[in-house]
Parts: sequence; structure tokens; C-alpha cells
Amino acid sequence: MDFSISLTINGVERRITFDDPRVTLLDLFRERLHLTGTKKGCDRGQCGACTILVDGRRINSCLALALSHDGASITTIEGLAKDDQLHPVQAAFIENDGFQCGFCTPGQIMSAVGLIAEGHAGTDPERVREGMSGNLCRCGAYAGITKAVIEAQKSAGEARTGEAA
Amino acid sequence: MSDIPTLSAGSHQRHGSNIGQPLTRRDGLLKVTGGARYAADNNPDGLLHAVLAVASIARGRVTHLDVEAAKAHPGVVDVMVPGNRPALASDPDEKSNPFMFRLDLLQNDRVRYAGQPIAVVIAETFEAATEGARLLAPTYETEQARTGLEGEPFAPEKVGAGNAARAQSGDVEAELAGSARTLEAVYETPAQYHNAMEPHAVVAHWQGDRLVIDTPSQGLAMAVMRVAGLFGLTPDKILVRSPFLGGGFGSKGFLSSAQILGILAAKLVDRPVKLALTRPQMFGPVGHRAPTRQTLRIGLGQDGKLTAIDHATLTASSTFDDFFEPASDISHTLYAAPAIRTSHEAVRVDTGTPLFMRAPGEATGSIALESAIDEAAETAGLDPLEFRLKNYAEAEPISGLPFSSKALRECYEQGAARFGWADRPREPRTMRDENGLLVGWGMGTATFPALMFEAEARAVIRADGSGVMETGAHDMGQGAWTALAQIAADAIGLDLTRVTFNAGSSDLPNAGIAGGSGHTATAGMALHKAGEAVIAKLADLATEDEASPLFGADNVGVIARDGKLLRRDDESRGEAFGDILKRAGLSNIEARGKAGGDNAAREHYAMHAHGAVFAEVKIDPDLCQIRTTRLVGAFAAGRIINPRLVESQLFGGMIWGVSFALHEEGIQDKRSGRIVNGDFGEYHVPVNADVPSLEAILVHEEDQLVNLLGIKGVGEIGITGTGGAIANAIWHATGKRLRRFPIRPADLLG
Repeated sequence: MDFSISLTINGVERRITFDDPRVTLLDLFRERLHLTGTKKGCDRGQCGACTILVDGRRINSCLALALSHDGASITTIEGLAKDDQLHPVQAAFIENDGFQCGFCTPGQIMSAVGLIAEGHAGTDPERVREGMSGNLCRCGAYAGITKAVIEAQKSAGEARTGEAA
Repeated sequence: MSDIPTLSAGSHQRHGSNIGQPLTRRDGLLKVTGGARYAADNNPDGLLHAVLAVASIARGRVTHLDVEAAKAHPGVVDVMVPGNRPALASDPDEKSNPFMFRLDLLQNDRVRYAGQPIAVVIAETFEAATEGARLLAPTYETEQARTGLEGEPFAPEKVGAGNAARAQSGDVEAELAGSARTLEAVYETPAQYHNAMEPHAVVAHWQGDRLVIDTPSQGLAMAVMRVAGLFGLTPDKILVRSPFLGGGFGSKGFLSSAQILGILAAKLVDRPVKLALTRPQMFGPVGHRAPTRQTLRIGLGQDGKLTAIDHATLTASSTFDDFFEPASDISHTLYAAPAIRTSHEAVRVDTGTPLFMRAPGEATGSIALESAIDEAAETAGLDPLEFRLKNYAEAEPISGLPFSSKALRECYEQGAARFGWADRPREPRTMRDENGLLVGWGMGTATFPALMFEAEARAVIRADGSGVMETGAHDMGQGAWTALAQIAADAIGLDLTRVTFNAGSSDLPNAGIAGGSGHTATAGMALHKAGEAVIAKLADLATEDEASPLFGADNVGVIARDGKLLRRDDESRGEAFGDILKRAGLSNIEARGKAGGDNAAREHYAMHAHGAVFAEVKIDPDLCQIRTTRLVGAFAAGRIINPRLVESQLFGGMIWGVSFALHEEGIQDKRSGRIVNGDFGEYHVPVNADVPSLEAILVHEEDQLVNLLGIKGVGEIGITGTGGAIANAIWHATGKRLRRFPIRPADLLG
């Protein structure tokens, strides 16, 4: 049996048909749409590597069934930069060396964009660390991540976040 | 190389040479945009998905697999079991050298650890393969698993990467008997699992008699040889691509059973196959750090000097292969004493074979030794830093060799000053913060050997004045794409923007392995040598050519800078690379270079990086919640190629030290032999909120003996010293010595 859903992915509306109700958003992107920027680190919502924005909110895409997101508007790491212009969070991650191996990085960045949009953390390092603690980094790039989020937060007074990013 | 994304240079300010510049990562743009392609991101046409079924028992035999049920599931293409697994050219249990670890490639129905692969389900989709693996519903003939360190110990000959299992200088028993004071303590460290964020994955694609593999590898040349041996192929038929590893930490040094099974699955179905481990499958077939029980006996003179260190380690290996965590070896290098003895014993347990894991031996040994040294300082009535300085090793203990360089005193000094160590009260449980939390300060010494391996590189200078530098180096996050490119550019006197740097593929010259903190030194020296060789060739062209302003300069020599060769004695006379080549009618000129440890120097000098780590913890006196609130490390590791990346490496190591002291522990169930906490929900690694304010001071150190570039390596040293510093801070906060790691709040209660 085929299923058909409509998703707006990185600003582009797509009609997507697939034959299996078990497909998660993560596997839909990675294996069927070949949008492989979003990573699979645990497949059970424990590491945050698969974080994406759904209707502006950060979620673990490994725990989200594609079928239950008909009509959703989704931003992945591939959709963050606009017109060759990096999103402030992306630029801040490079500048502050907020990654090493880079595997958790798409999830960290999407989580940071979500956190900034939530507006709870501000530029308080403790709150940023807490708000980013759903995203594991085994290389231990946390100091750079925290600095990057704070820097992006500061420069993002004017920058738009979430879906509009 | 066409499938590997081209890396464009990041923006940077150049001040003279490339080496030493804090450039941002050249692969940064790819990594923040999702463009960096890791193994499992490859999706060749016709790809099938494979999922491993793994044993849920630790010892016994598989008696039945419901292959029919799995095959009947829509989308399942085939199920690989011992009966239909394609033939191999060599036995997976063959071990012709110590680094050839035995593999589990469905050679029979035996189970030798929980998590061992017992079948592979191949399907059109990942979902179908996953369900197919579940439907196999294996049944077993189960034997009682052997776990823990209580079995019959034996004495291995070699530990770690081939070190002698026992070493000594002086008479430890006599010194202990004659000591004013002695102490003996037993420290326990748990099994730990590497858990790189990227689970091991392989995309295998047979193209006729050729095999193309996308898989993360810390040792591309070794990977090719392993595959060649198992499949009976010549190395030129095998291409392994590994432009980015999602972390390695030692677990991707050798191809694991899982990766080879992916290649076998592709062969079975004659289509490209992707196989990625699940997170729980990372707790079995890909190595781990073995548990240890370390007994330290320490003798002290009246003057507070060490008289003896006896460091005995009991560890565990698998029942079918040898790797022994060399924890006692740390006592070879750090503290001076008239008598030192190190030894190792082991038991065999039903687990996967342990393996090199970030600072193998050094991390486990350090947390025990640094705790014991702290206890000794307390026994001697001395400040822990004063005690360490009193017992400072001017030459390497046991071997007696001088150090090629050792700026440890400067590390102690700068770290202590930055941390404010001088204000530390000696008595424990005497500091509180404004909220009433117990505060403790502790320290530890960090050390890691400065290793080098064999490597090769190729250098090309083109007629347009640009260069190509290449070696099959591995970037698992340490920053090889950037740091090695900096070395490469300097080696041929070009700005980084004029150099194409290629790495991460097995069709490039062998860059050795990314391990032992030796990759920058090893691959960097190979690039340096290749650059030197190509510049020498270019210089020959110019100095022998009457039309060149450098004609006849072969006696005074030339130097390469900014794309030009210049007379050493008169830098106003020179010629651009391109002009030399064009006049000679050449489109390019190339040369190769080799690197390896300088064995002559290594026979006469001990070569290590050093550091000092200072930790602050805060502990709730009622709930006993432990927080590491501040870490300051000062490290001397020779020449620093890129301070921005080095700071990150040191931070990463220090966070592993936090993890060692407070978080990580793989727990094996005594009844079933299974790892009961095999996922990120239960196997705790530090999250961002666990990580305190971190500082890493890069202490100046020059060393002409380790290698020409003076590089010692920084990948692992950060974990050493840190774990002990935290344990010692916990003692200082509470007055309790805890000797079993990780330290948990429950250990402080009651």
C-alpha cells in the first residue's frame, strides 16, 4: 500500500509517496530523498544527531514517523544557509570551532537554531549548556558549541530564526 | 578522488608561514552545511540495505534462525548465515601478526560474546532489513558466561601495542621494607565503549573484480591489506574512501567484523550494500577499553621522596584474542623513585576483544597513579604539587634515558598560577561556596608518548605556480584536513590558497595510522619530506640553467617562499616556480617523501608530551551530586601547528577525563554476559551541561629530536591527568578517597 504526504522541505513543497508506514522522517530524508546532512547516531532519541525543525520546533527526526507529519514544514541543515550566506549559527560554529568530527554538528546547529527561537536561554552560558544538552558530542566540542550559540544569539537580535532562517 | 568533495580554503589572515596559524577548519563549511559526506551518506544506484542480527547470549551456539520467516518479509532479498556466506580466501580466526584481530564473519554457529554478528539480513529498504533481522528469532544452546575479573589470572608477555608486560628498576620489595611510610591502594576502572557519534558503517560496491568501499578508517592502508587478505584480491583492486570519520577514538583503527560483513553481503547479492551498526551494536563487535583492577604500593622516605612504586594491573581480554590494557606502563615515565616495578595479569571473559581506546593504558593507569600520588602526598604531609615537584623525574625512570624535552615544570607553574592553586588549603572538607556546596581542588599530571609511524606523501608543483600535496591521511575530528594542509603548504613555500591538499582515500600514498597521537607528526613529516624533495628537484632545474637568476646557486642553496625559489645568501635574487618549470618545458614536477621515527634519536632519548591539570568540583553535602566546575590544563607538546584546533583536541581529551572520573561505565550482566546499558540513554557520556569552564594553556616547548617539525601530538594527553585531578578534588571536597571509577553520588552517601 502506498502512502502519500505533502511536506515543505527547506522551503520547497513536495508530494512524497512511499510504501512503508514504518519510515521515520530521518530515514525518509537520508535513504529516500538523499538529504544526508541529517545524521543517525542512535535511532532512539538519545543523542540528538538527527535534530531538525518541524514547524519551527526542534525534534528528533528518528522518533518521528513520516506519515504523521503530513503537511509539516521542515528545515534541515541543508536548508539553513540562504543564497550562499551561512546562517549566523553556522558561521559561529566555524569561528568558535564548535565541532571536531562534524557528525553531531548538523543536529547541534539545528538544535541551536531551535533554542534561540525558543528564547529561553539568552546569552547565559548555563542555560545554553542546559538547552543544548539533548545533543551529544563525543569529541567534546562543548566549549566551542556554547560560545557559538551565545555569539549567534547576540548577533541574531536582527537575524530571523526557525522556519524563516 | 572525484567523489570526495573539494575543500575550499576558509578565510584566514596569514602572518608569514602557515604553521602556527589558528586557522578555522578548512572542512568547516562542509560540516556546518551537511555537505561533509560520511560513509553511510553514500547511496549508489541499486543500493540494498543490510542489518546485522547479533547474539543475545555471550557464550554458546546458535541452534536455529528462522531464515524463512525473514525471507518471507516483503522487501527482504536474502539472509546471510554461515551456510551461504561467500567463501573467504583466509580464515577470519587466523592471526599472523598481533594487529590482526580475529573477526566474526559467520564462520560457524559459535557465539563468543553478546553482540556478536550471527546473521545479516539484506533488503530493498532499511525498514524491511530491520524487521527481517527481528524475524530471525534465534534460539541458542547457552553456556554460563564468564565475566568480571575473578577468573584465573595469567601473565601475558606483551601488553598494549607490544610493550613488555613487566618492567622494573631497583629492588621494590627492599625499598618498600626500608621505607619510612608505605601505602597500598586498589583502584578499579570499568569497561568503556568508544561510542564515536558515527556508528561504524560501510557502503560496499563490487565493480567486476574491483571493490569500492566507503567506510570510516583510521588506517586506510591497513584496511586495504586486511580486505585483500580476506578476499584474495590484490591491493590495487581495492579502493577505500574515508574523507570524514564521525569520530574514531581507536575503534576505527582496524576494520571490524561488521564492516567486512557488509562487503560480504554485497558479494552475496551482487549489488551495492549499505550496512550501519545500531547504537546498541556499538557495545560488542567494535572493541572497548577493558576493565582494570590496579594495585599500587608506594614507599616514602622521611623527606617526602618516593622510594618505590609498584604498579600491578589485572585486566581482561576476550576468550579468543589478545589485547591487554597496558595500565601500569604510565609508571614508567612520570615520577622518580629508586625502585619501580610494573606488571600486568589478565583473565579471559566472554566479551568482544578489547582494543585501543583513546590513551589506551595511559588513561586507565593515570587515574590510578595520580590518585595514589595524591594519597602519598597526603601521607607525606605535603601539598600535592609540592610533592610532585619533589619527585620530578629529571630522566625517564626505569630506562634512565634523558627526555628529548620536558617542559612539565612550566606546565605545573603556569597551570597552578592560572587556577589559583596557591590558595588551596591542605586539609580536606574545608572549602564551601556561597550556596553551601562543598568545594574541592585537585590536580594530576598528564603525559603521553610522542610516537611516530611510517608514512609517505606526494608533492607536485605545477607550471601555474600552484601545488598539490597528498597523503592518505585520516580526519576523525582532530583537524587533519587543516593542520596537515598547513604543514604541506609550508613544505613547498606556498600559501594555503595555492595548494590542493588531498587525503582520506586509499589510492593516495600511505599516511600510516591516525592513532597514538602520532598522525600530525607522521603524516606531517611525510608531507614535509615530499615538499623538500620536490623543491630540491626544482632547485636543480634552476641552478643548472644559465638563463635562471639562480644559476650556480647550488653551493649556497635556495629556499622556497611565496611560490618562489630564492638564493639563500641573497633573497633579492630568485625566480617563480612557474617560470622555472615553463622554461624547462615541464607542466609539473613531482616527488615523494617518507617519514618514520628517527630510531637513532629514539634509542637515546625518552620522548613524551607532558601537562598538568587542575580541577575544581562542587558537591552537594546532602545529595552528594558532583559537578566539575572548573578545569585548567597546561600542556607542553612540542610545536603547535594550529592552536585553535589543538585547544579543541585538549578540551576533548579533558572532557574524556571528566567522563572517566564521573560518567562512563559499561556494565556486563553476570548472568547473561550482556551489556545491560548498551545505549546512550544508559551509558552516560558527558553532555554540554556536564562540562565546566575549560581552559587549556599551550606551554612553549621546542624539541629538535622528536622530528624535524618538533611535533609531539595532542590527541590523547588531555584525558590523562584530568581523571585523577577530579578524583583528588572529590577527596579534597569531602575527605573521602574513592577508588572505584566512575565515582557516583551514591559512593559519597553514608
